[in-house]
Amino acid sequence: MTAALNLVALLGRTVLGLLRALGQVSLFAAEALSHLLRPPFFLRQFVRHFAEIAYFSLPVVALTALFTGMVLALQSYVGFARFNAESAIASVVVLSVTRELGPVLAGLMVAGRIGAAMAAEIGTMRVTDQIDALTTLSTDPMKYLVAPRLLAGTLALPLLVLVADILGVMGGFLVGVLKLGFVPQTFLDNAWDILQPMDVISGLVKAAVFGFVIALMGCWCGYASRGGAQGVGQATTRAVVSASILILALDYLLTAAFFS
Amino acid sequence: MSGSPRIRLRGLRKAFGAKQVLDGVDLDVATGRSMVVLGGSGSGKSVTVKCILGIITPDEGVIEIDGQDVAKLSRADRAAILDRTGMLFQNGALFDSLPVWENVCFKLLAQKRVSRAQARDVAAEALAQVGLAATVGELSPAELSGGMQKRVALARAIAARPDIIFFDEPTTGLDPIMGAVIDGLIVDCVKRLGATALSITHDMASARRIGDEAAMIHKGRIVWTGPAETLGRTGNAMVDQFANGEREGPIRMELRR
Ligand SMILES: Nc1ncnc2c1ncn2[C@@H]1O[C@H](COP(=O)(O)OP(=O)(O)OP(=O)(O)O)[C@@H](O)[C@H]1O
Ligand SMILES: [Mg+2]
Repeated sequence: MTAALNLVALLGRTVLGLLRALGQVSLFAAEALSHLLRPPFFLRQFVRHFAEIAYFSLPVVALTALFTGMVLALQSYVGFARFNAESAIASVVVLSVTRELGPVLAGLMVAGRIGAAMAAEIGTMRVTDQIDALTTLSTDPMKYLVAPRLLAGTLALPLLVLVADILGVMGGFLVGVLKLGFVPQTFLDNAWDILQPMDVISGLVKAAVFGFVIALMGCWCGYASRGGAQGVGQATTRAVVSASILILALDYLLTAAFFS
Repeated sequence: MSGSPRIRLRGLRKAFGAKQVLDGVDLDVATGRSMVVLGGSGSGKSVTVKCILGIITPDEGVIEIDGQDVAKLSRADRAAILDRTGMLFQNGALFDSLPVWENVCFKLLAQKRVSRAQARDVAAEALAQVGLAATVGELSPAELSGGMQKRVALARAIAARPDIIFFDEPTTGLDPIMGAVIDGLIVDCVKRLGATALSITHDMASARRIGDEAAMIHKGRIVWTGPAETLGRTGNAMVDQFANGEREGPIRMELRR
């Protein structure tokens, strides 16, 4: 009996904790976003983070997308060959990459790279009084640190996903033509016929949402970190884990919103 | 002394968890005067300063700057006070993603008082005041020694010519000669710019040099205030023990044997 009650209490505490965190993150995001509407704007900071996300994540995201497209072609060939439906391979590759795998895999890779880096940098600034120093130097830390990162994440990820889409399809195309013996023109025709603008657009919208979430969780976890190097380490882990879970959960919600 | 004090603290209390760090701090700093605050390690000196700056919110008590209760000020009015305030953090708190010159000119750049083109020269001047070469400006804070970081932080704190300045252990980690130079610089800021200063220090020679008044904090309260030049022979057993660094006296270190 007590065991059952304890379980209920634990469940209740967990849910309340989650709700409180959700409330705090929402307020944090709202404050940061409000700074995007009020000058001064820290363009230099924005450019630095945009380059960090868009340009320096390019190799990671490109390789991920390329191999994913290649594996996709190979796997679906194994499956579809049984039903003599090899021609569907191009459509499988192009739809799964643009709608799902491009944004989700790019999001997860960037969460590991950028979310962690943001949490570590802001967390270190927090525990070494640098954030407090900003306020004594006539600079609002939310405006200087958080707002440019959120904007950079939101704008950079769609760009990355566009590249991921192209390379993913190219990976499928290469395997299809070089290994599975498709005629290049047929593969491309199949892919082009099935592709709707909405497939790409939905993927890019997802990317923008994921980019925002990655930057938000990185900034928030870093901002709230306490207690030296260990605290910063925990903040980094928390930023990556929470961003990854949110990406997968939001992916479901966005897919449901777009395609049902 | 004329008019209301520049900084006035009354009944400041702050606890972290079960630990009562500040237990009713009362302190006045008159306009244009330099106050040094003494006290054992962990006695709440840095916390007091952070409360005045609004970085830490006290549990109880009143903080007035120029007669205004800061807790009742709007965000903009508080920011306006911070615009005129300088702070040297105990650990420097330099921005490690920016080169030294940008650190030094950060506030001037934020307030658009210098352009980025001029900032390097302005920084070089400020660095010269703390005994650093202009070439240091191009380095990143991580490439500096501890004492150099402290001096850069000091240059940053006073570069915008604030009229209220807080120094948290300005000379800790510096050699004696450089310590004296920095003390001179602090006195300069107060005397020539007419600023009001509150400094925390463990160095008695430095306390006598930079302080007009001195205050001693112990167990979360101010236990003594008086003229800084009398430190060491104040007649207050606690202060004299602290100032002369004696092991025996009313202050007992909580050591276990
Ligand atoms: N953010 C914080 N969270 C929890 N406890 C804190 C925090 N900041 C300070 N303390 C505690 O408050 C007490 C006073 O700290 P403070 O930094 O003011 O000491 P100090 O007088 O400046 O000492 P020192 O001369 O060593 O710098 C310490 O015991 C410290 O553990
Ligand atoms: Mg201190």
